[in-house]
Amino acid sequence: MEGQKLKLDVSGMHYRELNARLRQMVQNGVQCIELYNVCGQRYIASNLGKPVEIHLYGTPGNDLAAFMDGPRIIVHGNAQDGCGNTMNSGEVVVHGRAGDVTGYAMRGGRIFIRDDVGYRVGIHMKEYQDQRPVIVIGGTAQPFLGEYMAGGVLVVLGLTLAPGARHTATYIGTGMHGGVMYLRGEVADHQLGREVARMPLDEADRALLAQLVGEYAAYFGCDAERILDQPFTKLAPLSSRPYGRLYAY
Amino acid sequence: MSLNLLASEFQVVRDDTRCIACQVCVRQCANDVHAYDAESDVVYSDETRCVGCHRCATLCPTRALTIRLALHEFRPNANWTPAALYNLYKQSQTGGVLLSGMGCDQPYPVYFDHLLLNASQVTNPSIDPLREPMELRTVIGRRPGRVEVTQGPEGLRLETRLGPHLVLETPILFSAMSYGSISYNACLSLARAAKECGILYNTGEGGLHPTLYEYGPWTIAQVASGRFGVHPEYLRTAAALEIKIGQGAKPGIGGHLPGEKVTADVSRTRMIPEGTDALSPAPHHDIYSIEDLRQLIYALKEATNYEKPVGVKVAAVHHIAPIASGIARAGADYIAIDGLRGGTGAAPTVIRNHVGIPIELAIAAVDQRLREEGIRHQVSLIAGGSIRSSADVVKAIALGADAVYIATAALVAMGCHLCQKCYTGKCNWGIATQDPYLTKRLNPNIGVRRLANLIRAWSLEIKEMLGGMGLNAIESLRGNRDHLRGVGLNEVELNALGIQAAGAA
Repeated sequence: MEGQKLKLDVSGMHYRELNARLRQMVQNGVQCIELYNVCGQRYIASNLGKPVEIHLYGTPGNDLAAFMDGPRIIVHGNAQDGCGNTMNSGEVVVHGRAGDVTGYAMRGGRIFIRDDVGYRVGIHMKEYQDQRPVIVIGGTAQPFLGEYMAGGVLVVLGLTLAPGARHTATYIGTGMHGGVMYLRGEVADHQLGREVARMPLDEADRALLAQLVGEYAAYFGCDAERILDQPFTKLAPLSSRPYGRLYAY
Repeated sequence: MSLNLLASEFQVVRDDTRCIACQVCVRQCANDVHAYDAESDVVYSDETRCVGCHRCATLCPTRALTIRLALHEFRPNANWTPAALYNLYKQSQTGGVLLSGMGCDQPYPVYFDHLLLNASQVTNPSIDPLREPMELRTVIGRRPGRVEVTQGPEGLRLETRLGPHLVLETPILFSAMSYGSISYNACLSLARAAKECGILYNTGEGGLHPTLYEYGPWTIAQVASGRFGVHPEYLRTAAALEIKIGQGAKPGIGGHLPGEKVTADVSRTRMIPEGTDALSPAPHHDIYSIEDLRQLIYALKEATNYEKPVGVKVAAVHHIAPIASGIARAGADYIAIDGLRGGTGAAPTVIRNHVGIPIELAIAAVDQRLREEGIRHQVSLIAGGSIRSSADVVKAIALGADAVYIATAALVAMGCHLCQKCYTGKCNWGIATQDPYLTKRLNPNIGVRRLANLIRAWSLEIKEMLGGMGLNAIESLRGNRDHLRGVGLNEVELNALGIQAAGAA
């Protein structure tokens, strides 16, 4: 089976069996796995520890790629809540939407979501040394985007918004004390958390956006230049110590 | 600010006939209480900065120093106590939230001190643990409702697959204290002592220092809302994982490790940039229900191949019994409950002193509830929140705990004097600080010795108490409330604890 591509129909299979079989396949050296009729199974690709490629057809359940270290996951459908929870490295590409707390405390790797995401996406994202997590969202997000964000990059492209419509998320970056967020289009002051501010984009920002939007466009087949044509809002934390003056010493 | 209304809390009494101006006190005090005036060759003290940690008095070679409570006395007032006044002065001066270290110090009833143990007389023999076998070994984890065995050619064979367990040589674990809140030397002392004593220590939510990975089999690794230092290797290394929901000193609120404590080394362990605040809010935003808790429990089980117990730590609060029932049903292998008096490196004083319930009542309520629901065997119960002596251990187990978590007692063993100023980062005993000048004061070789001594001494005492009750295994004591009697408790309290009053037949 070494280096082989394996296909598996997982309809009706419990997550525990599904994940055990995945681990077995990866241990046996399978490099590319396609799972069909995925329906709500949780924790897919947790604890695999190798850079294998896994295609999921259907709807994987919560905590897809939780604690994931290495694999590349392509979801041909929607992801649910907690996708990339505390993920360490690897990549998740979702050809659809993703739910709440996508990328919770993610400390490395990349997540690309074609459409919209739910609440509190990117919460507690952290970066450390060469590990800098990235989430690119093609559509728009619900409130508390990037809450407590301590590092990494969040990009929201707003491609699912109707012409002229704006992002409606509120409490964007509340408690944020590290990392950076780019939203295509404008956001009003009342939509921002108290700990973030708009910053001007510099050359490094533009280069990073060009690269990430380029990858997004390549994954989902759209025109990067047209996306980059519109202005982006850059949000960054005002302080790395947001609550330093809260206490009486 | 113009006028500081705060008076000193302590008085530094220096016996000038003994003081040789050697300046040990000057060097030992990180709060700069003592200063040397070279011109007059005299050491002065500014007691307004004194926190009452006794470092100077303990190290003074001529015993010239005594620390006393400050003598300023207000007009007696049973309502407006000096502590209440000082807190008002401090808050009106700073506009900030009052902080405290360690556990609640308010005079709520300590139920352990109203419980008395039984002993055998005449009708059933007591056991002498010095000469007869006495089992303190404790197993933490889910037990099957029934076991199936088959008769094979080599004897009986266990067919039931047992879940992952932790085995403790004595029913005591070191409770969660993170690297960051305490020093590396304190963490190392705890890890080495756990290995030596055959028990476990707990990383807290600050991740695991790379040099402590070798103590993995004696390590419980915490996963808290901020997920600091949580990565695949961390999960793989530990013997068990603990989801931290709450803590007795601050139920319902989270933690802020201030940026100045996030040194280069702490930053490496927490995996966040140096100098940034480490924020752990109270809610895990992927857990809004028991079902969600189950999801994280099984996420951790999946991430570790179902090879490790996964526990859940909660603070003892009003509805602790149904909460514990939910945690058990969510699939936790153990529940750690931390009572009102549980310690902390920093908590808002108002929360620490006013939120939660005493651990004694929580153990009794949870054990009772889990028994009534027939699920007590599915989960172990670890009780913490001010276990001060081996007697408290025995009483906690008799009330229904499987084992106890100790942290304050362990810190005291390493030299802590309970000055409650952990949050300042200026711990003169080298425990709750990251200042290298201070941390080297705690020699891990001495720390581990003192911790191991404490565990050994308590274990001997527990055996003596068990033997006196005619029991030869700690298992036989768990939830055996017939061995407890209450003194000075009212009917409601006796019922809540599930015990009879002393003197009952």
